[in-house]
Parts: sequence; C-alpha cells; structure tokens
Amino acid sequence: MKWMKDVKTYTPPDFHVIRDPDRCIKCKACVEQCSFDATFYDEEEDKIWNWDAKCVGCNRCAAFCPTEAITIENRENPYRINESWGKWNVVGVKKRAAFGGAPVVSMGSDKPYIVYWDHMLINASQVTNPSIDPLREPMELKTFLGKKVDYLEIEDGKLKTVLYPQLELEIPIMFAAMSYGALNYNVIEAIGRAAVELGTYFNSGEGGLHKDHYKFEGNIIVQVASGRFGVYKEYLDVASAIEIKIGQGAKPGIGGHLPGEKVTASIAQTRMIPKGTDALSPAPHHDIYSIEDLRQLIYALKEATEYKKPIFVKIACVHNIAAIASGVAQAGADVIVLDGFKGGTGASPQVIRDNVGLPIELALASVDDRLRQEGLRGKISLVASGGIRNSMDVIKAIALGADAVYIGTATLIAIGCTMCQQCHTGKCAWGIATQDPFLSKRQNPNIATQRLVNLVNVWALEIKETLGAMGINSIESLKGNRLALRGFDLSEKEMEILGILHAGE
Amino acid sequence: MKRIDASNLKYNVLNDIIRRVIEEGENKIIIDGVCGQYYIGCGIAKPVEIVINGVPGNDLGAFMEGPTIIVNEDAQDGIGNTMSSGEIIIHGNAGDVLGYSMRGGSIFVKGNVGYRACIHMKAYKEDVSPTVVIGGCAGAFMGEYMAGGTLILLGLNRDKKRLTGNYLGTGMHGGAIFVRHGVDESLCSSEVLISKPDDKDMQKILTNVKKFCDLFGFDCDKIIKDEFVKITPKSKRPYGNLYIPGP
Repeated sequence: MKWMKDVKTYTPPDFHVIRDPDRCIKCKACVEQCSFDATFYDEEEDKIWNWDAKCVGCNRCAAFCPTEAITIENRENPYRINESWGKWNVVGVKKRAAFGGAPVVSMGSDKPYIVYWDHMLINASQVTNPSIDPLREPMELKTFLGKKVDYLEIEDGKLKTVLYPQLELEIPIMFAAMSYGALNYNVIEAIGRAAVELGTYFNSGEGGLHKDHYKFEGNIIVQVASGRFGVYKEYLDVASAIEIKIGQGAKPGIGGHLPGEKVTASIAQTRMIPKGTDALSPAPHHDIYSIEDLRQLIYALKEATEYKKPIFVKIACVHNIAAIASGVAQAGADVIVLDGFKGGTGASPQVIRDNVGLPIELALASVDDRLRQEGLRGKISLVASGGIRNSMDVIKAIALGADAVYIGTATLIAIGCTMCQQCHTGKCAWGIATQDPFLSKRQNPNIATQRLVNLVNVWALEIKETLGAMGINSIESLKGNRLALRGFDLSEKEMEILGILHAGE
Repeated sequence: MKRIDASNLKYNVLNDIIRRVIEEGENKIIIDGVCGQYYIGCGIAKPVEIVINGVPGNDLGAFMEGPTIIVNEDAQDGIGNTMSSGEIIIHGNAGDVLGYSMRGGSIFVKGNVGYRACIHMKAYKEDVSPTVVIGGCAGAFMGEYMAGGTLILLGLNRDKKRLTGNYLGTGMHGGAIFVRHGVDESLCSSEVLISKPDDKDMQKILTNVKKFCDLFGFDCDKIIKDEFVKITPKSKRPYGNLYIPGP
C-alpha cells in the first residue's frame, strides 16, 4: 500500500469505487484513465487498488472498463445524521481548519435551490387554433441580436433607415463564454467548428483567442473583461460582436483567477501575460465605476470597431438586476446578457458560488418587465444564460422574454463532462478543463464537433415541435409571451415576478 | 500633414474624420481646438502622428496600435486604455486610470497623474513591454495588479505634495516601479519589495529619463543623480496560498 492517511485532515470520501473481482481482468485501462490518482496498480501484489478519498466521481474508469467491473457509488454521510448541519457544513469547517484556505470549486452551484424551469408548464393548441407539424411546414427559428430601430422609413421602394449591426442566428442558442485556459485548444476548436456548422456563435471568454481560431471569423463573439487579457485590435476586428464582461453568474462581484500553473506558454501568448504568473482579473473594471463609465467603454469599443459590431454587456443576476439592466440598456449596450445564479465557472470560491446571486428565471422576468415599462425592450436584445439544461428551458426562457440563450455546462456535457466539478484542478479526466497534453488529446475535435452539432440540432427539433404544438410557426411569436406558461407549486409572489398564471387558471 | 479644427465637433464626428484622413494615407495630423472629445486615436492601428492642441477627453488612444499622440496641454482619464503599442506624450497633467492594462508602447506625462495609474499593466515578451514615465506625482493605487512593464515616477516640482498615494502596488505580480527620492514604505502594499536598482535597471531609467528630458526640456543629469528605489512584487502569485481545491 503506497499511502498513509493523515488522521488530522481526514474527511470521509464522497465516493466508493466498487471493483468486481470476478469481472476485473487487470487490463489497467482504469489506471491509465484516472487523472486523480484514485486508481493505481500495485506490482508486488499484482492488484489494482482504489483510493476512495481521491475519487471525484467522474466515471472515466467505469466508462473505459471493458468488463464493466467498476461501479462508482455516492457515499452516504458516515457521521451521525444532523439535519441542521448536514455533511457539507461539517466537512467545510474541517477543511478550512486543516488547510487554512478557502475552497475553490467549479461548475454551477450544486445546492438544492428551487429550479423555476421545473415549475412551469408549456401551453399547446387544441381545437380553437390548429397546431402545426414542423416536419412538413416551415418553422422559423432565425433570431437577430442587436439594437433595433423604432420604425423603418422607406423611400422609392427602398429602405432609407440605416439599421444597426445585427448578429444573425439560425438557432437562438449560442455557446457561452469559456476561455482558452479554462478549456483546452481541442475543445475550443470543436466549439468553434460547431458554431460555424450550426450558423450560430461561440464566445471566446475573457482569455483571448488563439491565433489558430481566428479562422472562425464570422461566428466569434469576443469578451473584454477587467483583466483585458488578449484584447488588441485584431482580436476586436475578428469578432462579430464584442461582449463586455461585468459579472458572471457563478461569482457575481468578484474577479477571476487562473492559477499560474495553468498559464502555459501558449496561454501566456494568447492572454498576453508572462508564463507562469497568476492571471488575475480584477473584481471591477477599473475604468468602470458607474453607468456613465460603462457607456464610455461601450463607445470606446464602438469607436475602435467603427460602429460595425453590436456590443454585448454581460451582467450577473443580482438583487437589483432590473434597475441595473435598465442602466446598461441606457448606457448604449446593444445586447444584455443575464447570467443566472446556476451558471458555471472554471473556478470560484465555494461560498460565492453557492450563496450569491439570483436564479435566471426570476431575473429574466423582472428585467424583461422593467425594460418593457421603460420602452427599452424593443430596442435591445436580451440573452439568458446560467442554468439552461435542455430545449424546454430554452422555450421557457424565450417565453419569459429572452431573445436567445447561451449554453455552457450543456456544451461540456455533450462532449463528455460528467459534472464532477474538478475544472479548477486542471486534471479533467475527460480532457476538457485541462491543459495537460496527455489529457487534452482525449478530446478529438472531429467527434466533439459532431456531438455539439447533434445536441443543438436535436434541441432545435424539439423547440420546433413544441412551437408547432403551441400553434406558433416562428420563435419571434413566442418571445415574451408569458401566457404560454403556467406555474405550479409556486407562491403568488413568485408567479407575480415570473409574470405567469397558475396552472388551471 | 493635415490640420483639423475640432471646435464644436462631437467626438464621433471628429473621430470619423480622423479615421478617414488616416485611410487616405495621411501620416501626420494636427487637431486644433480640442475640448474634451473622447476616444481620439482609439483603435487606430497605423504608425501615424497625431498632435492635439487643447484638452482631449477620456480614453485617448485606447486600444491603439502604433500611433504617436502628442498632447500639448493636460489630458483626462483613461489615457492609453488597453493600448498595444505606440507612444503618448502629455505636456501637462493626466487624469485617473492612466495606461490601464497597456501591454506595449510608452506614455510620457510631464506633470502629475491621478488615481490608479498603470493598473494591470502587463508584458508578455522580452521585446514587448510597456513603459510609463510620470514627471510629477501620482495618486493612490498606482501599479495595482501590475503584471509587467516599467513605471518611472520622478516627483518633479512637487513642493509639499505627496509623491504617491496609498496602496502602492497592491496585488502587483510582475514588472517594476522606479521612484525617484525613495518611497514612503507605509504607503506600499505588503505584496511588494523595495530595493536598490542595479546597473541594468539604472541603464533602463537613464534611457527613459533622457527621452523624458528631451521631450519636456528638463536637465537629465540633475534628475538622474538623485536616488531611485525599485519596487517589485514579492511573488508572481500573490494570492496563491489563500485558496484550496474544493469542494
């Protein structure tokens, strides 16, 4: 046995790896696949061991075991059951005390907060208006993002009004901001190819854009965050739209932190920082301390790109989100991105991820309401992100008032992610959130692209079928149509904020 | 050479004219009557020379790559915001957030600068490294999050004014700040080290101060013989030990 437990820092393992000795043929595929040292081969004893304390539950070994000898089980709380503390609070105190550091976690919050999507039902047509069969009749999902004019002037049969720049999406689903650094080259390559094939856009995230990925010009949204990593003229020029990242749903109000060990030569080059130093994104943009300052950056970017590209502003959903979004709209943003509380992250302090922010459903409904009241909703576009898990979440988001959605976590799950929440360790066994070349090559861009295209195309089909059932032949007709939704198991206040009726009403 | 009269022009109109003139192949532009117009030189990626008579507005030379901008009076906030290369010369004082996130090129300011100068200034290659020389004094949070480059603060003509503000070099994790006449250690963040510049550093200071003196007519020999201190980060990873992998 090559380990020794430290009793003082012991916390019970989260998982139990069960190996069926009758099935195991000692092929060591599991040993090769595990990047967390939870599985290893002991030559002296000719035995494969599992170290439960190191297992993260990613199921890579189980997936690769040719004889299905491995089962991963979630361990029950071994301590005396205490409903008011639960296992996580006990373990949380122990870890902080033992290691003297604040735990950093990744992906969206896993705590049992209410998911409002699951408390809304969608309407369908019966008798009084006919439903539509999308397999045989045209169904429009095309969406334009950007500032809209109040009215059109036509002169001599030609359009006289000058329109604002728009993004044209074949499907109202875009790939959310996930940067090179959080994800590796192969994954960004796959996401870029999928965006091109699907006629949608992917967001570079705040870590710059690798030179090789400039070829996706026409399908790129670039991000400008407080660290301004990799932001230079060519980066702005290659983009179809520029997104100013003010906040992120998983960590509202705090900055980013890519640890130095992940800053490889290639990432340093792309981010334009020295190799091996921490890539710190300050909590605020230090040139934005007010709405007026935000306007200044929006127009600086418009000036730098000669008013040819829409400017997105991404804000995390927080308590006064409606007033903030109204300010952002008035500051000149063409598109507002709302990032909900359950949005993912490559690394965030646990307490922030699990306690700060607002669910996207409530934020989206209240922002849409406020912008309508102020006569701004028709002028700008609204993108919902942070917790979109399936095609029906997309439908519900659009009915609550979004023009389009961003998907991040779903993108990763499509190419192998099992949500083990270890992105911050850089050891992703599925080769996604890692820069280790040995692990990164587990992602084949050809296969990953196909899976992303499949996912979004299937969601598009499901959306079309649902629209057809509702008797609607264009996604535009669903936008902000909250009568298409009914709530259940919700308080009156919750339904008031969501702006929907109770099921049965 | 092309002269543009900016009086009564809105910033977008003025900048549009500037862009058009540069597109037509002009490589030197003099703009008269500038009064607070934003974004002059913003996003320009050609090695042109722009001379500004008057006080330009915020975000002068933001995102620029290559131009030389000379301001004959004071300038406002956000000068050289995220600039990649080129040169900005201010014959007066400058406002807050000078050179935010700049990663190449140089800025020379004859007078004082406001708060948060050179925040998150960074360098990523030996030959691409930003340089900022400030003739007068600076406000608080100078060099915050600084990740690379060279910042020289000369403190000329300061009378009783404080040379720097509080929180100098907070979160600094790269680059070097050189301050003439030393620095009040109580104003510095705990993440920085104060040392004596070595010969190589002094050579760097001399080159830049000489250029500064040539631009603004100061006596280089007199300035350079005074004591300089060097401020560098203690670590490339100032916050590395605050966190542990969770959950």
